[in-house]
Amino acid sequence: MTALRLEGIVKSFGKVEVLHDIDLEVAEGEFIVFVGPSGCGKSTLLRVIAGLEDATAGIIEIAGERVNHVPPAKRGIAMVFQSYALYPHLTVRDNMALGLRQAGTPKPVIAERVAEATRILHLEPYLDRRPAELSGGQRQRVAIGRAIVRQPKLFLFDEPLSNLDAALRMNTRVELADLHRRLNATMIYVTHDQIEAMTLASRIVVLRDGRIEQIGTPMQLYNDPQSQFVAGFLGAPSMNFLPGGVLGKSAETAGIRPERLRVAPDGQLRARVHHVEHLGGDTNLLVDLADGHRLTLRLFGQHEHAVGEEIGVSYDEADVYLFDAAGRRLR
Amino acid sequence: MNKARRNPLNLFAAHAILLTWTVVALFPVFVILINSFKTRKAIFREPLALPDADSFSLIGYQTVLRQGDFFGYFQNSMIVTVASLFFILLFGAMAAFALSEYRFRGNTLMGLYLALGIMIPIRIGTVAILEMMVALDLVNTLAALILVYTAQGLPLAVFILSEFMRGVSDDLKNAGRIDGLSEYVIFFRLVLPLVRPAMATVAVFNMIPIWNDLWFPLILAPAEETKTLTLGSQVFIGQFVTDWNAVLSALSMAILPALILYVIFSRQLIRGITSGAVK
Ligand SMILES: Nc1ncnc2c1ncn2[C@@H]1O[C@H](COP(=O)(O)OP(=O)(O)O)[C@@H](O)[C@H]1O
Ligand SMILES: [Mg+2]
Repeated sequence: MTALRLEGIVKSFGKVEVLHDIDLEVAEGEFIVFVGPSGCGKSTLLRVIAGLEDATAGIIEIAGERVNHVPPAKRGIAMVFQSYALYPHLTVRDNMALGLRQAGTPKPVIAERVAEATRILHLEPYLDRRPAELSGGQRQRVAIGRAIVRQPKLFLFDEPLSNLDAALRMNTRVELADLHRRLNATMIYVTHDQIEAMTLASRIVVLRDGRIEQIGTPMQLYNDPQSQFVAGFLGAPSMNFLPGGVLGKSAETAGIRPERLRVAPDGQLRARVHHVEHLGGDTNLLVDLADGHRLTLRLFGQHEHAVGEEIGVSYDEADVYLFDAAGRRLR
Repeated sequence: MNKARRNPLNLFAAHAILLTWTVVALFPVFVILINSFKTRKAIFREPLALPDADSFSLIGYQTVLRQGDFFGYFQNSMIVTVASLFFILLFGAMAAFALSEYRFRGNTLMGLYLALGIMIPIRIGTVAILEMMVALDLVNTLAALILVYTAQGLPLAVFILSEFMRGVSDDLKNAGRIDGLSEYVIFFRLVLPLVRPAMATVAVFNMIPIWNDLWFPLILAPAEETKTLTLGSQVFIGQFVTDWNAVLSALSMAILPALILYVIFSRQLIRGITSGAVK
């Protein structure tokens, strides 16, 4: 069944149009990630789905029902915000219970659902504290708990991990993936971080300047990007782009992933090592070609290279992506 | 703590300046207070001396309490000040919320229009206001004063509060909307508590001028039963003779309530003034 359907969504603020003609269908149980650079309209699209902003044009359907004029609380959604947005005057327990109370849910049901969310998120010790007495990670878990207790048809997350430090972000990412498996719920997740997108999504929606650039599973987008933008946005370090002529191509731009380049004395390209990054598991090599173009190589394992060293770089023709002047993929 | 603040010389200089200022600011209050307890002769002989057995006298307070309905005036002032503050804060906060939260045609224009009132003194319109009050049959009522003071305080209140409300997290308000809170609940339960320091600032800035005002009570409500304290005290100041004992005693008693209200608001006030600086 379709959990969410968007058709021709347009959103303008005054004269500025920030979302242009967005079409999207999300099946039940999917984990959809909206990814794109800051300011491309991800949050705005999420707020339109939530009903916090009215769409200027287009149709929004949640679980088969048109909700354009339904207020946020009645759309069967729950939202988790980047800034947690907990009610500062309420305890953790009341923060989670408030939405259900507003909806007139019977008390025993509320207590049961809060207990369930508390158990899933390990919040037992904090139930009677106020948000000010919690750490960032704990606050984010309360915010997630507040979403869970509503048992929504659709979970909406707006960059929920951006305010957490790196270690906690990784843990919470795994917890979110677990949560998705366990609840088997439909989730829409906004992030500007391509690693979160790749690791969490069942399908990724790449947004650029208020348009959908490409939709697909993480591996589809990684292996078969339709544009230079998508190719450059997903994968870390990001894809190398060179003028086609450098690789002997007639296309405007040729792209090749850092992990597809190898150091080989008889490689097709000659380069000089500019900088070496030792990450333990891999080694990133930044090299300059004779004509000044810089390439990144991602080598697996540990490799010793001196800055200034002359090396050969080889690649397979099949790994080269070609793009025209407008950034479209040439096949 | 940084070095400059621990340096004893700097510490001393800072305290010296602050103490000097405190003395300068409190001196007139002190003079009023001590002289209110002295005989008329003693006030003029040695205005700076403390009252002693010889010069001590409660004649001023007796005059004040005997002549005119001092407690009535006091009550009028209190009603007018508290009611005006209440309406300024309520309507000011509501207007500020609308201006900062909702996008509607003419939003900016409305904000500018309201801000205009900060620059134009309301007394320019005194004649028109008096005509209006006469037409409404509100002359010699406390309601007239409350209306005028509310109008007088609103522009600055809207200006200050809307600035603060823009700072309240959108996510918080949106979380409330998703949980099904009405806009009223979001305003009263989520937003107002977060702008409490700004509300205290507005309250203090408005309180003293209203409490001390002579102009509008004199014009709009000079009747005996609606006289405010400031107006009531004027009977002791004559063109040729002034009953200084009574004036000083009345002033001493008038300071008290203002002081109490100030203490209530001041903790919040300090937070409001420094919130931008230390957050
Ligand atoms: N309330 C608003 N009024 C005017 N412009 C807005 C508003 N909200 C967002 N925008 C604009 O819409 C664009 C997309 O914003 P947003 O959806 O927040 O981007 P993202 O979440 O992808 O970083 C930005 O250019 C932003 O300036
Ligand atoms: Mg955003």
